Amino acid sequence: MARASAAERLRSVAGGAETAAPELDRLIHERVRLAIVSALAVNESLAFNELKDMLSLTDGNLSVHARKLEEAGYVQCTKTFEGRVPRTEFRLTDEGRGALGRYLDHMEAIIQAVRDR
Amino acid sequence: MIAEPAGVRRWVKHALTSQTHRPPAWGCRARAHALLCMTKHLTGDCKPRIVRTMAKIIPFRRPPEEPPLEPLHERAMDNLAFIRQTMERAGSFTAVSGWGQVVIGITGVLAAWLASRQASPENWLATWSVAAVVAMGIGVVTTGMKARAIGEPIRSGPGRKFVLSLAPPLVAGAVLTLVLFRAGMAGMLPGLWLLLYGAGIVGAGTNSVRVVPVMGFSSMLLGVAALLAPAAWGDAFMAVGFGALHVVFGTVIARRYGG
Repeated sequence: MARASAAERLRSVAGGAETAAPELDRLIHERVRLAIVSALAVNESLAFNELKDMLSLTDGNLSVHARKLEEAGYVQCTKTFEGRVPRTEFRLTDEGRGALGRYLDHMEAIIQAVRDR
Repeated sequence: MIAEPAGVRRWVKHALTSQTHRPPAWGCRARAHALLCMTKHLTGDCKPRIVRTMAKIIPFRRPPEEPPLEPLHERAMDNLAFIRQTMERAGSFTAVSGWGQVVIGITGVLAAWLASRQASPENWLATWSVAAVVAMGIGVVTTGMKARAIGEPIRSGPGRKFVLSLAPPLVAGAVLTLVLFRAGMAGMLPGLWLLLYGAGIVGAGTNSVRVVPVMGFSSMLLGVAALLAPAAWGDAFMAVGFGALHVVFGTVIARRYGG
């Protein structure tokens, strides 16, 4: 009985492919984007190069993923000039913070459901 | 009537009589089929058909009753660990150089020995001031080296927080040093230094690895002890609090957190 209920709970949160797809935030689920959002969650703002070094990414890789997050409204990107050198700063929006929170809850629920079995 | 080749006729006969069905070549089989239709149904327009029967798939193993949960659960654990790791790396200042701390500690012990041999209070204070500047320089250089080695940004994010929380108590210490020294209370200085330095390290260490705030706390305790103890023990307390503590915790940091 307990086994069935745990399985049901899990299915409700992540189970079959048809329910999992809309619930799991694909945008954040991807590793690089998850790293970007996590790093920004503990820093008010990070410059492009800092983020790149911190996560050991290439320029192209970071800019592509950052743009996806920006398009979704999870990350705010401001471009300024320091003298002649352009400087790109990223910060997490409230929406992005909420998305990370939901993602964490989701992962926790999956673990909890298995642990309860 | 279709003129049937001898082969076909033989096949039809074979098909009608024998129990074992050995399929003949394709063209032969189609013609034989037409012939059979004619003989059975007396119609000429029977097109050859292939009846494809679907095989019923019976798996060797029965499918599991529930979808496999373990991989999903493990992946979730893995994801959480990844997030935590990233946050720790992005949020905490791990570039504190252990070996740098050891060198600072040795400077501290040397300074304590030198300061205890000074006759005038002015020279005593000058010795410690030089020691403080040298130690700070060593700290900045070794931390910068480690930060570069591990690819951690030092001027922003956690590094900036570290410096910003360490600086105020140090500035307060410098101001109080001047004021107390003028008031002729140099005996209180070692305790004050240890207390304030410890406070700064505790504050800054909240963004760093766990041992750093522990070191700050030990320094604060020694500072309190130094303030309560006779003023003559000041240099000894400094040797322990600024020298030995740095050596011990520096070794721990270097061993456990790489350099």
